[in-house]
Amino acid sequence: MMAAFRMLLVLTVLTGILFPLSMVGVARLCFPAKAEGSLMERAGRVVGSAMIGRQFDDPKYFWPRPSATSPFPYNAASSSGSNLGPLNADLGAAMAARKIALLRADPGNRAAIPIDLLTASGSGLDPHISPDAAYYQAPRVARIRGVPLARLHALIANRTEGRQFSVLGEARVNVAELNRLLDAQ
Amino acid sequence: MSWADTVQIAIYLGALLLCVKPLGSYMAWIYEGRWSCGLERWIYRAAGVKEALAMSWKCYARAFLFFNAAGFAAVYAMLRIQQFLPWNPQSFPAVDAHTAFNIAASFVSNTNWQSYGGESTLGYFVQMAGLAVQNFVSAASGMAVMAALARGLGSQGTKSIGNFWVDLVRSTLYILLPLSVLLTVILMSQGVIQNLNPYVTMAETGQVLPMGPAASQVAIKQLGTNGGGFFNTNSAHPFENPTPFSNFAECLALLLIPAALCHTFGCLVKDRRQGVALLATMLVIFLPLLLLTVHAEQGNMEGKEVRFGTTSSALWAVATTAASNGAVNSMHDSYTPLGELAPFFLMQCGEVVFGGVGSGVYGLIVFAVIAVFLAGLMVGRTPEFLGKKIEAFEMQMASIAILVPPLCVLLGTAITVVSPMGLSGLQDRGAHGFSEILYAFTSMANNNGSAFAGYGANTPLVNIAGGLAMLMARFWVALAVLGIAGSLAQKKIIPAGAGTLPTHTPLFVGILAGTVVIVGALAFIPALALGPIVEVLR
Repeated sequence: MMAAFRMLLVLTVLTGILFPLSMVGVARLCFPAKAEGSLMERAGRVVGSAMIGRQFDDPKYFWPRPSATSPFPYNAASSSGSNLGPLNADLGAAMAARKIALLRADPGNRAAIPIDLLTASGSGLDPHISPDAAYYQAPRVARIRGVPLARLHALIANRTEGRQFSVLGEARVNVAELNRLLDAQ
Repeated sequence: MSWADTVQIAIYLGALLLCVKPLGSYMAWIYEGRWSCGLERWIYRAAGVKEALAMSWKCYARAFLFFNAAGFAAVYAMLRIQQFLPWNPQSFPAVDAHTAFNIAASFVSNTNWQSYGGESTLGYFVQMAGLAVQNFVSAASGMAVMAALARGLGSQGTKSIGNFWVDLVRSTLYILLPLSVLLTVILMSQGVIQNLNPYVTMAETGQVLPMGPAASQVAIKQLGTNGGGFFNTNSAHPFENPTPFSNFAECLALLLIPAALCHTFGCLVKDRRQGVALLATMLVIFLPLLLLTVHAEQGNMEGKEVRFGTTSSALWAVATTAASNGAVNSMHDSYTPLGELAPFFLMQCGEVVFGGVGSGVYGLIVFAVIAVFLAGLMVGRTPEFLGKKIEAFEMQMASIAILVPPLCVLLGTAITVVSPMGLSGLQDRGAHGFSEILYAFTSMANNNGSAFAGYGANTPLVNIAGGLAMLMARFWVALAVLGIAGSLAQKKIIPAGAGTLPTHTPLFVGILAGTVVIVGALAFIPALALGPIVEVLR
């Protein structure tokens, strides 16, 4: 039994202290910004992370995906999905409400609403929307801001990340980044 | 399925299969003891163990149990005194006794079921020195038991099945640690965080960003089929899994060692065709369920991330429940009724389709023992496996090993659905509510750890019943396997004759896969019929 505790102690030092701390060291040397959360600063103050989504509900911005974190959407301190299954009536009601909110913000838009704008992400912190979801919202943002639609389309096309190495994952647009460029224009 | 989806799946499977032979041969080389270094010998000296001691199966089992008991005690103690430990920048308080019991049972048994949210419960010291250590050593313990079983099958006329400490240290030092370093660096390059900073508060919104040494922990939780996330939403969280490539690497790591261990087993019993047959059996069950799930989840983005899409999410869901990993990159509770069937069934097969590191292969060998017994009954011959006669003792042990997990699942579910406390955490009523509880106990009692996360499992009842289920399923099965190893090590190897059933042929692959599926189906179809199957039919 003593041998068991001593072995545990030795392996704890090796795998639980030396391994993670040396990886923190490697991170500081090789990936300082990424390992500290890809933080974005404005005027010396941290305003967000490039990896973590943020809530935008003003119609002049592109909206991110619905988020199921509590007590408010995009609460990074408590990641969570809705965990509602497709047969759950609450999910149907939530999707209907999201659809109404999108249509109310842009009554003239008859295009089909991309599914990622109606469903909550797994983490509740998804920083991305699909390119379709960005193009769907472009007429609304263009109308409210009074900018030509073509310019927004160009912006979206420019900010769309394709599948990684052309094959992995899905094409996507970072919403916070898109909105930042929108404000900068 | 689009063309791009097919290509992604093909690349994934191709990469996995390419790694099987080199990694499997390397691991066999390690277990045969053909390499050692000064650090390894220093560890034996520091721990005060005799590495040259040849252990009988009872001695091996004792060391295995004592070591895991020590791990359990250490994790439980750390959780209960968390407020006094260093690297706790958010000053999280001590964890409740029943939650701490569940966490300790969960991480020691390689399950990593989590009834807590990491970023709102645990400080960095507990994550690193408590949980991540168990991620390494529970995986290494499983690999050790597999190596012991292979030795028992490969040797004759001996009582010894190796030395637990040597197998444990070698698995950790030469296999898990180097692969973890490699994967950590890959993940950090993609943006997985690795720091000891306090949480960051945003200037404008007041939003709080959690921090911590996530990359090192994510690496080992994938490689060691542990699956316990640093953050609440596991590998759906952008800080744990930020890009499609990080997702690919994590998903590959998830099946890497379980797949390669098939080849290791073949090398250790000096018949590589056996390893091929084991891997083929796993693939025969895995591939149809993969295609079913990918198909069923097309268009269902609830609980999924845009950067992964439905295909990478469904691939992950099937891989993580085939392996006893249990990490998630999408929320299984939000899957379509058809899409949730494969995760259910893969766990209920006893986690032998890839399964846990070590425990997947030894679990499948137990099924192989059952399969040769069934085949022997059909023709009236004494069953043999790899030249060893399978007799009453082996059959008793094999029966225990395959009956304990279903017993824990069904009893745990039954107790929970009749108790008000068990029902209090339910998000859904009716069939899906039953599915949530069945999933919880299926996951815990097969040491998987994934969840239908809508079910609030952090109640004393579920924490304690689930904790016991995890411990029984892990240790009773492992003890039975060590018993088989010890018994077979003493038996002579009989040369194959005309009446021997060869265990490397497509015929045997079919018998073995059939045994796994039929045993799983017989145990669980009544329960599945009350939950997931009703949902499919609705």
